[in-house]
Amino acid sequence: MTAATKSTSSRGAAEAARATGEPRLSVEQVSYAYAPNPQQAPVFTLEATSFQAKSGEVVAVLGPNASGKSTLLQIISGALQPLSGRVLLNGFVTHQLEHRTRGQRIAMVQQESPLLFPSKAWEFVLQGRHPYGKSLRFESDEDVSIAQNALAQVGAEHLSDRWMDQISGGEKQRVILARALAQQPLLLLLDEPTLHLDIGAQVDLLESLRHLAAENRYTVVVVTHELNLAGEYADQVILLQRGKCLRVGPPSSVYQRDLLEQVFQTQLTVETGASGRPRVNLLPGES
Amino acid sequence: MRPLTLSRLLLQCLILAAILFCVMVLALKFGAIHVSLYGLGRDLLRVFLGKTSEVSTEYSLILNLRLPRILLGAFVGASLAIAGTSFQALLRNPLADPYVLGVSSGAALGAIFALLVEPHLALSPEIAAVFTPLGAFVGAAIAITAVYFLGRRDGRIDSSTLLLGGVIVASLLYAVIILLLTTLPSSNFRGMAYWLMGDLSGIPSRPLAWVLRAGFAVAAVVIYTTASDLNLLLSGEKEAMHLGVDVRRIRIVVYLAASALTGLAVAVSGSIGYVGLLVPHVMRMIYGSDHRILLPASAFGGAIAVVFADVLARTIAAPSELPVGAITAIAGAPLFIYLLRRRFA
Repeated sequence: MTAATKSTSSRGAAEAARATGEPRLSVEQVSYAYAPNPQQAPVFTLEATSFQAKSGEVVAVLGPNASGKSTLLQIISGALQPLSGRVLLNGFVTHQLEHRTRGQRIAMVQQESPLLFPSKAWEFVLQGRHPYGKSLRFESDEDVSIAQNALAQVGAEHLSDRWMDQISGGEKQRVILARALAQQPLLLLLDEPTLHLDIGAQVDLLESLRHLAAENRYTVVVVTHELNLAGEYADQVILLQRGKCLRVGPPSSVYQRDLLEQVFQTQLTVETGASGRPRVNLLPGES
Repeated sequence: MRPLTLSRLLLQCLILAAILFCVMVLALKFGAIHVSLYGLGRDLLRVFLGKTSEVSTEYSLILNLRLPRILLGAFVGASLAIAGTSFQALLRNPLADPYVLGVSSGAALGAIFALLVEPHLALSPEIAAVFTPLGAFVGAAIAITAVYFLGRRDGRIDSSTLLLGGVIVASLLYAVIILLLTTLPSSNFRGMAYWLMGDLSGIPSRPLAWVLRAGFAVAAVVIYTTASDLNLLLSGEKEAMHLGVDVRRIRIVVYLAASALTGLAVAVSGSIGYVGLLVPHVMRMIYGSDHRILLPASAFGGAIAVVFADVLARTIAAPSELPVGAITAIAGAPLFIYLLRRRFA
């Protein structure tokens, strides 16, 4: 089967899955381990983890540092092959997808996007059309229109002609998100996108993600340390600790005081906010 | 948004080709023997029309000696600039260059080794013609592999470690080259030492010229087909992979092709430094960092730079000639220091 046929059939499968309410993303018992050198026993960075997500859903992956959050995201993206289990996106195993096909279906926003040489925001966003290009890959009018639309969706049209190294952290994060949207993916993955952002920019970004997931029917998986933002905007939460998946479910079922205190090693309270979703309050000086 | 189009790319290439043509014509004019542009144009036209018997002796000498040297300079400059641009993108290091990374030294050692071994192998003329460039290619490929692994830390390329790795590999290879050269008779030693500093006076034999043309065409086209992928690699290997780039394949293909270009250039001209560093930076300032235009622009820019440097090498101390590598190093070293200070300031 060619990449194009696969893509078409996959998108068809996506429509069918949406109609039947079947999960688009299915993470099935995936684990990952690495050995520092061949003589040593492998070190588990992620033990068997499973969850499912439909289109339009936002999934937050939470946990302290070194709990395996980014590893899980890399496995879902297909960049890492799991030691056991598999990740299915519309029935296709993600790490077996051909590179360009994977780029058309899965977009990743990483913790850092360092640039070696400066480029303008529009050039950066057009890179999202790379998986769709042919031979020399001169961008078509359609590519330009999709890139412009992506910038508009994240409210960053005015940044189009600005240099990437001359815009603020929050603005840069929007442009990076626009590049991911230009890929027109089925699955949008974000690895700590709120890092280095002030609280206003964090809320803006999560609001955008929630809105985009609903509007474009993306499945969104976001790794974050922001418990309250995840509780407010996520449909599902995956709680990890030292490579173990402790709980999967809606925020109201995962946000249990004892569980969170044990995982994050700090005193806190959990209450229901005005939106009806759980809200975590840290108790300073009692950790 | 104003993305690159084929017509804009071709127009820019045409402008650069016109500049290169003008520089080449001027290079034909200047040298130990001065000639008039009118006479040169007239005789070039006669050669073009096949009336070679009507070409004056003076111009015949210039066309037979100076023109091949200028064409060789253009080939070497274009090869080194394309290799430098590729290494800078692949290694995500703006200071990467075949000379700085020790790739030129690897190619030089491979070429010298091939030259020393070849007389003992009784090779056919066709194979003998490709033996030195092949040795240079193998030397270049081994050197870049060594530098790549020396520059990796925790699975990532570390800029400063990479440059230090290049310096170490270059100095080690240079020491081995000197050891090998001391085994040669003194007359050969002087010739080889001059070649090592960058020398365009050796006109390649006909079979070697074909190898150079074919090798350049294949390697340059192969690298150009990866231009869009190189754009994404500027953001890092993981980023590129998530945007649909087969990073492993691109890395192998571009390393091999860039090593081949370096090997071919070094095999015929020795070690001409800083062209692969200086030219891509100048072209990036003019055309931006889109490799679809940067690669051809660097190729033209490299050709212009080496042809121009060769004119200086031929005329500054005329009738004596200086090694062209000395001219490029005098111009390139201060820029390298400037870039180094700006990057690590």
